[in-house]
Amino acid sequence: MSARTFGILLLPLLIGVCFLSTGETRQSANFASETESQADTEYSEIRKAPEKARAKRNPLEKDPDAVAAGRILFQQRCAECHGDNAEGGKKGPSLRAAEIQNAEPGAIFWILTNGVVRKGMPVWSKLPEPQRWQLVSFIKSLGPTPVRAEAPPANASHPPAKDSTSRLR
Amino acid sequence: MFIYRGLLLVSFLVLATLSLPHSAEAQENPYFVAYDHYLEEPGNLEVEYYSTFGTQRGGNDFHAYWMEFEYGATAWWTTEFYLDGQTTFGNSTIFTGIRWENRFRPLKREHFINPILYVEYERKNGADKILKEGEGHDVEADFLTPNSVARQEIINEMELKLILSSTFKGWNFTQNTLAAKSLSNEPWEFGYALGASRPLALKASAKRCALCPQNFIAGIEMYGGLGDRYHFGLRDTSHYAAPVLGWNLPSGWTLRISPGFGLNDNSHQFLLRWGVSREISGFGSMVGRLFRGRE
Repeated sequence: MSARTFGILLLPLLIGVCFLSTGETRQSANFASETESQADTEYSEIRKAPEKARAKRNPLEKDPDAVAAGRILFQQRCAECHGDNAEGGKKGPSLRAAEIQNAEPGAIFWILTNGVVRKGMPVWSKLPEPQRWQLVSFIKSLGPTPVRAEAPPANASHPPAKDSTSRLR
Repeated sequence: MFIYRGLLLVSFLVLATLSLPHSAEAQENPYFVAYDHYLEEPGNLEVEYYSTFGTQRGGNDFHAYWMEFEYGATAWWTTEFYLDGQTTFGNSTIFTGIRWENRFRPLKREHFINPILYVEYERKNGADKILKEGEGHDVEADFLTPNSVARQEIINEMELKLILSSTFKGWNFTQNTLAAKSLSNEPWEFGYALGASRPLALKASAKRCALCPQNFIAGIEMYGGLGDRYHFGLRDTSHYAAPVLGWNLPSGWTLRISPGFGLNDNSHQFLLRWGVSREISGFGSMVGRLFRGRE
């Protein structure tokens, strides 16, 4: 088979890759032009969880070991991006934010299963379902970030830069 | 000279891997040939070493090996670089080639069946024996050629795979269809790989442990050739079935072992494969800091 024929056969694949890349670029550009707040963008994915997924109950809700096992799993799989205490890291947002803590366990499970592939979060369905529910138990046990009793800054018109709900990934 | 430089580079990379403090516990599948739909986590590097010992009727047994550097470029793209070599007992030890492999995830969400597109370029010589896939009319008798003769043949090959993989109730089922084309005037060759695996326990333990059953994944894989464009089918092809076992250690290391058995007269009777790998989390950020400086 000639190199030309081979090139023709490879072309659809390369086009597919380019499409994926440009899709991501387009998505990024759209983000920049979106009027919704940064927090909305950062946690928007969890709101896309379908009703059926949200309605799922955590089968390990009453398992006394679920939070401890979830903590170990979190340290092994999630802390790299979301921070050791789930307060948020360079790559992943805080999981102590209200958007996560007020979300249904089923919605968090759905995000773990599907990932947010275009924004860098891998799918975690390679963890068996019970382990994903253990992670959900741990995340829900964290509660919101404790509010620090600090005096407001002198220049109050500028919001704090490192608010856990205002960082884009 | 190239071989020595290659060995030096590999030794350096292995030592660097061992000395790196950042490791993540991997949840790696136990397969040697089949691929599932899980890509490397973005920014992570997995350094892997694999060996294949094979029996050879009418000739000398062999030990083939490869180093693999697998990097998660994005959550939908994983790229890998391979260095291959082999020792044929009573003959010689030679470097057999390089491979550059890319896997792409076209769908952004998890589905019952998840497709992955695979594209690989190989530059190897005719003495390659790693049996990383079954393709075309590859048979046991091909390995009888002495290394000094077989290495004269240089093969530039593109390999495409469609990986269809599903995870259900803790089980992973995967099916890979392969089409390979030598860039010289050779016909398209085809092959397949099938795999099924499951962790020994689905729930994680509440204590850190190396020997907990959830750290072990057991399964089976089967692979072989399907002929070429002109003679498609099972005639004059080789096929293997191999139980597989993987052990994911909390320290970030993964060990794999797999005894494989030839299923017809064209196949090697026995293949023993083993492998060790280590996942380094945040490798991309570490390299980035080297060039950007600390933020």
